[in-house]
Amino acid sequence: MPTKITMTVNGQSVTKEVEARTLLVHFLRDNLQLTGTHVGCDTSNCGACTILVDGNAVKSCTMLAVQADGSEVTTIEGLSQNGEMHPLQEGFREEHGLQCGFCTPGMIMAAVALLDRNPNPSEQEIREGLEGNFCRCTGYHNIVRSIQYAAKKINEPKKAVAS
Amino acid sequence: MTNYIGKAVKRVEDKRFLTGKGRYTDDIVLPGMLYAYIVRSPYAHAKINNIDTSRAEKMDGVVKIYTGKDIAESGINGIPTGWQVNFKNGDTMKEPPHPLLVADKARYMGDGVAVVIAESREEARDAADEIDIDWEELPAVASAKKATEDGAPLVHDEAPNNKCFDWELGNPKEEVDKAMKQAHHITTLEFTNQRVVPNAMETRAAIGQYEEATGKYTLYTTSQNPHLTRLLLCAFVLGIPEHRVRVVAPDVGGGFGSKIFHYAEEALMIWCSERLKRPVKWTSDRSEAFMTDAHGRDHISKAEMGFDKEGNVLALRVKTHANLGAYLSTFAPCVPTWLHGTLLQGLYVTPKINVDVTGVFTNTVMVDAYRGAGRPEATYLLERLMDTAALEMDMDPAELRLKNFIPPFDGVEQPGYQTQVALQYDSGNYHAVLKRALEMVGYEKFRKEQAEARKEGKLLGIGFSTYIEACGIAPSAVVGALGARAGLYEVGQVRVQPTGKVSVFTGAHSHGQGHETTFAQVVADRLGIPLDDVEIIHGDSDSVAFGMGTYGSRSLAVGGSAIVKSLDKIIEKGAKIAAHKLEASEEDLEFAEGKWTVKGTDKSIAFGDVALTAYVPHDYPEGVEPGMDFSSFYDPANFTYPYGAHVAIVEVDKDTGHTKLKRFIAVDDVGNVINPMIVDGQIHGGLAQGIGQALFEGAMYDEDGQLINGSYMDYTMPRADDLPSFEIDRTVTPCPHNPLGVKGAGEAGCIGSTPAVVNAVMDALRPFGIKKDLEMPLTPERVWRHMQS
Repeated sequence: MPTKITMTVNGQSVTKEVEARTLLVHFLRDNLQLTGTHVGCDTSNCGACTILVDGNAVKSCTMLAVQADGSEVTTIEGLSQNGEMHPLQEGFREEHGLQCGFCTPGMIMAAVALLDRNPNPSEQEIREGLEGNFCRCTGYHNIVRSIQYAAKKINEPKKAVAS
Repeated sequence: MTNYIGKAVKRVEDKRFLTGKGRYTDDIVLPGMLYAYIVRSPYAHAKINNIDTSRAEKMDGVVKIYTGKDIAESGINGIPTGWQVNFKNGDTMKEPPHPLLVADKARYMGDGVAVVIAESREEARDAADEIDIDWEELPAVASAKKATEDGAPLVHDEAPNNKCFDWELGNPKEEVDKAMKQAHHITTLEFTNQRVVPNAMETRAAIGQYEEATGKYTLYTTSQNPHLTRLLLCAFVLGIPEHRVRVVAPDVGGGFGSKIFHYAEEALMIWCSERLKRPVKWTSDRSEAFMTDAHGRDHISKAEMGFDKEGNVLALRVKTHANLGAYLSTFAPCVPTWLHGTLLQGLYVTPKINVDVTGVFTNTVMVDAYRGAGRPEATYLLERLMDTAALEMDMDPAELRLKNFIPPFDGVEQPGYQTQVALQYDSGNYHAVLKRALEMVGYEKFRKEQAEARKEGKLLGIGFSTYIEACGIAPSAVVGALGARAGLYEVGQVRVQPTGKVSVFTGAHSHGQGHETTFAQVVADRLGIPLDDVEIIHGDSDSVAFGMGTYGSRSLAVGGSAIVKSLDKIIEKGAKIAAHKLEASEEDLEFAEGKWTVKGTDKSIAFGDVALTAYVPHDYPEGVEPGMDFSSFYDPANFTYPYGAHVAIVEVDKDTGHTKLKRFIAVDDVGNVINPMIVDGQIHGGLAQGIGQALFEGAMYDEDGQLINGSYMDYTMPRADDLPSFEIDRTVTPCPHNPLGVKGAGEAGCIGSTPAVVNAVMDALRPFGIKKDLEMPLTPERVWRHMQS
């Protein structure tokens, strides 16, 4: 039996009928054509499908679409504001934090949550914070640099205001 | 700015990936598309007595179910291999058929037996559960060595003792045996270079689309070489007309070799679409990928190296059993032979070398090229021998290497270096990379720290590895003589548009390597135009004339050179037009910074004006064709030979056996560098994969051929907190035989790093005395047991 669900995705309200067993990641990809969120495994280990649900990083393959009913969802497509890239998107470009790009959306969304929790992480904290996300291309070296770049950028204006 | 070569230009392809607008195969949805689910054998070896699909056919949404019997009856061929390696006695390589779906028996866990096609992915999967198969399980064999023993189960009846080929290279065995007898010391290692799973983050996917009205076929696929896939599909498997077949490899989420090969699912989707007159999509899930993507490595080797009293290498003798899996994948026979045996000279002057390889069928998934392909196996063997020999002879491992290195040569003034194993190295200064690495490590200081640490009971270790690889595999005539069934050139087309903007079509395929940036740098630099005026197009056989694809670190060395050849033609033609417009002779012109200038004057004409003239040829030189569009095939003169020196520093926990990789230093020479940022990224990624093999990864088949760690729950992938930040540097020794002087950077990191890490752990364990060798991956359990033994 299809179930009617409503959620806010990247700032827009959507209402759809889904099968109860539909995973949130398939709902985003198949029903909303938001194909920036990727499926890299079937055991919730790789993190390619990471998105934000009510501000928390969630592996969208671990959650049913119906469980997100009433939630606020942000995917990689919703990260840029007014055509301006998010500091993490910018950081990944500046520091060559991506190669094939497949893990990148999940990696960035995980990093958004990481910097929300800890705006000034050490290298070790960044590495530990990315434990749930695999990248097979970069050896993580430049991903760490990318997140450091973004942290610096995010913190700069705050400091300016404080002073 | 038009000076782009050597600059860390930010990647032009990044924006789409960073904003979720990449377009991978599974992202594509075509009108009326159906979904396929492949039913696979749960057994490594089993006869199919009967398949009953009647219940499944009645399920909601099911459109059609095909089995191996339907494939067999349709008369199409199986998947071919692209390389032939015959037996030493001249007998032809055993090449049993590899059907798209099997009808008689399954030969590995994951062998496809039926395909369910339904309106949705879920319906296809639900129906697959309702197919009843009467299996008769047969004894299976997973180990290459066991498979060759008398009485072992036969994977294919036509291959006795499961042997596909046997092969030998180098000096005659008697000469090597004789040299070994004169050795003061012989170091012997017997080990398995374990099987690893490539694990590109995007799993394989394929969409077949047949359009009845036009008779055209389109295949969207996760491929590193769409044109080769098209050729194999048309000429060997399905017999469909190549000029009506379009193969598109859109954005591809990593390959590492595993997406070079033509897989059964690609042909199967086209075959199904042709019958059903609707597009059909198959997307592998990760569990399926573990079972069905071609794996890498899996060599069982015995390697012996003989030294004189002073530590000079006298001889090397290697015997390898290479696991090929159940069928021959596209390049499978080439990897353990021509990409492995030929690299056993390494960087050393070893005067006598003999390598003997047996290629073996087993009840496991196919084994083929994985990042490095044969060269990591050769390097592992040599470099483990070197560190072990140094330990046994009580010599310094760095000194032992420096003593045995081939002297520097540039390949121009000094000739290339002829090895004992068929290759001629292009250029190199091998001492320089190791010396630089030692400097970065602070070697003497480290040894002091290590001695102090040992006094405190800490297990600190350092491991070395130096390597050479053969990249840009070529030339066609040579590889043809060695058994390749394809040419190994590349195609590069440069089309200058009337407005002076430039479209470049390359047969190389980027799946993370950043060709859209690097190739554009070359073009913009040579033509003296802004980078933004250049667009690189790849991955679509309807746009790109032909291509051999991306693997073996070949894209820039071979594909880039093909583009340069076309740029030369553009500039040559442009000069004729410019001379006409400037009323000067061609010899009096020079081309720089995007314009032709009459030498010694200020008379010039810009590239864009020449382009426009070529397309609006009102005032035009006689005998010159309009337009500005050139295509070139570049077939290199030789392989290219990147090399380097890697050093690992580890600390082993005495109580748990856990290895902490503290530092990793890599000094590589990949020839000239177009984009240092991208080259560094390639090195980093390679290092992580090589370190992964040393410490974490390994596909495990049990004795019954069951893959027992076929998921990310069980197969350990390197994570961010398993690795340190890498310390890398390079030397630059240009390749003397291609126009860019480049050698290739894609595999270097993966080739050098594995033995360095294992050597470091063995060094850390030195206080326990010289013990028998450790098998990879060096899990805490293995290391702990080693310490207790």
